[in-house]
Amino acid sequence: MKSLAELKAIRDKAKAELDMRKENPNAARVLVGMATCGIAAGARPVLNAFTEEIAKRGLTETVTVTQTGCIGICQYEPVVEIEVPGEEKVTYVKVAPEMVSKIVNDHLVHHTPVTEYTIGAIK
Amino acid sequence: MYRSNVLVCGGTGCTSSHSLLIAEKLKEELKEKGLDKEVNVITTGCFGLCALGPIMVVYPEGSFYSMVKIEDVPEIVEEHLNKGRIVTRLLYQETVEEDTIKSLNKTAFYEKQERVALRNCGLIDPEKIDDYIANDGYAALGKVLTEMTPEEVIQTMLDSGLRGRGGAGFPTGLKWKFAAGNDADQKYVCCNADEGDPGAFMDRSVLEGDPHVVLEAMAIAGYAIGASQGYIYVRAEYPIAVKRLQIAIDQAHEYGLLGEDIFGTGFNFDIKLRLGAGAFVCGEETALMTSIEGRRGEPRPRPPFPAVKGLYKKPTILNNVETYANIPQIILKGADWFASMGTEKSKGTKVFALGGKINHTGLVEVPMGTTLRTIVEEIGGGIPNGKKFKAAQTGGPSGGCIPVEHLDVPIDYDNLLAIGSMMGSGGLIVMDEDNCMVDIAKFFLEFTVDESCGKCTPCRIGTKRLLEMLNMITDGKGTLEMLDEMEELCNYIKANSLCGLGQTAPNPVLSTLKYFKDEYIAHVVDHKCPAGVCKNLLEYSIIKDKCYGCGMCAKKCPVGAISVTGYTAPGKKKPAYEIDPNKCAKCGVCIDTCKFKAIIKG
Repeated sequence: MKSLAELKAIRDKAKAELDMRKENPNAARVLVGMATCGIAAGARPVLNAFTEEIAKRGLTETVTVTQTGCIGICQYEPVVEIEVPGEEKVTYVKVAPEMVSKIVNDHLVHHTPVTEYTIGAIK
Repeated sequence: MYRSNVLVCGGTGCTSSHSLLIAEKLKEELKEKGLDKEVNVITTGCFGLCALGPIMVVYPEGSFYSMVKIEDVPEIVEEHLNKGRIVTRLLYQETVEEDTIKSLNKTAFYEKQERVALRNCGLIDPEKIDDYIANDGYAALGKVLTEMTPEEVIQTMLDSGLRGRGGAGFPTGLKWKFAAGNDADQKYVCCNADEGDPGAFMDRSVLEGDPHVVLEAMAIAGYAIGASQGYIYVRAEYPIAVKRLQIAIDQAHEYGLLGEDIFGTGFNFDIKLRLGAGAFVCGEETALMTSIEGRRGEPRPRPPFPAVKGLYKKPTILNNVETYANIPQIILKGADWFASMGTEKSKGTKVFALGGKINHTGLVEVPMGTTLRTIVEEIGGGIPNGKKFKAAQTGGPSGGCIPVEHLDVPIDYDNLLAIGSMMGSGGLIVMDEDNCMVDIAKFFLEFTVDESCGKCTPCRIGTKRLLEMLNMITDGKGTLEMLDEMEELCNYIKANSLCGLGQTAPNPVLSTLKYFKDEYIAHVVDHKCPAGVCKNLLEYSIIKDKCYGCGMCAKKCPVGAISVTGYTAPGKKKPAYEIDPNKCAKCGVCIDTCKFKAIIKG
């Protein structure tokens, strides 16, 4: 270790992993429906895509990604709910891994939900 | 990137109930289900709630599974980790509230705690240096080496008000200042990890759960006093701690955080491990250094103090593990932050090892000044089986008993001394009405008699004579004069012993004499042990009018001391039994056997 910069580089790399092990009551929550219906519709790759994307953008301190059970709208699985503190809960339906990057960017970074992916747009 | 992290406690408590096998089984199950790339299994240090081990916490949900069995693993993997359905049945029930799950930090055990020394325990993988660095590890060392002068480091320690956590409570900054002021070609930084008080295990938990914090703090101390070599003196009875310390030292070397030219500043520092062979006296500073030198661990008179002539006759500082665990955060967050916690003369937090008659056996860290009542009744969850609190023993064999009338005293170094106990390393053993205080004093004295090194007479002979008197009292052969003699001898030993072991050894006797003299008098005058512990003062008997004559006690009695009489109680069909006191071995089996509660002791 020859410099503080070197230490910081290691820290930044390892920090995202560690943030995932802390409870963070003020964080925004991404809830991915992972009941049988969700898994069958392909929720697992979606869940992993969210985890990756959030780590990539360095959002692990402010966003947690959690699995949840069946939300009750099985025909629209994979269903993802996003709760940002102080904002209205948004439910995304038929989410595919390709959509994740846009949702994270627009909703979690810029606080503008991606309306065309939400349950309102489908109904 | 893992979407889920499973933290399995790898402290000594949980390891002894097979937590490592549980971690293995988890990995196996996850692999079988193809989840091993998504779910990470981490073995951490102690979570503190040892009574509920083995402990497993799943993040991001923060689900706290307690008393996990190997058979539960497939269900947790399938339901929780695969399908996202928390297995509520297996959770620590205090976190379950109707249909919601409370955060762990909101439970009674954790809510009032303030984790500074233990902040990484139960969070990081102690065998991975990257985990430690991720939580700002080694940043304090970096700051000290690149931004601060040694004088500034020492001033920060002085301002923080940190006092030694090993027991005596000497200001850490002052110790460093003395050592820094002495010129020498070589100085040493030592770590006292020879934790020996019965019932204390906080140092072990820090070493097992967060070994790098000790290395970092020792390097900071080295910079402050101008030392380039450190020694950690750790008990060989702590194999997990020894192993993880060695791993940590190797990793720190690999990263160049120990060794030469650290952070390119020209500062060199190295650390070696020395294993203690289990002598309690080696926790005393001069004995510890003598032992590191390879000689028989015996204390020597002070002065000269170690800051002047310590290890290999060079200026040396010796701090306890928990003291070191506070230091990097004081550097990073500032002396004011640390001094804002605690009482006027005792700053920061203190870790206590809760044991004895308490529901939540384990490790707790609270701000100085927290009352004993908060620790015992709220954090500790009270006393099992609805029994009444009688006393708490703090400070191990050097400490004393705190009776119920002092439950609301804010705990800090000075208050504990004022009520006849001491902080010690922070062992806190809770006693209920079933504990005999004379017996407790005897227990601790037996320990110090065994562990006295024998170098000085007051300790070697004095504690022995004291124990003989205690034995006579518990055998019913004591006299009232003996109580006065004991007190005199106690004060003599305290005043004349060479080292801390002897100077504090009489404390358990003195404090019980002070607060529970009535129990001593009951042993001496009435020949009774009110708590029913001292065997030689007990007599078991059968209340004949309650005896149904079933004969179960007689069948179970291992020495054949119970026989049938000719008396049949009114309303009973069979004749009653009786116990022959001359044959009775006082084992208590008959009491446990009798369904009619017809047998009493007293």
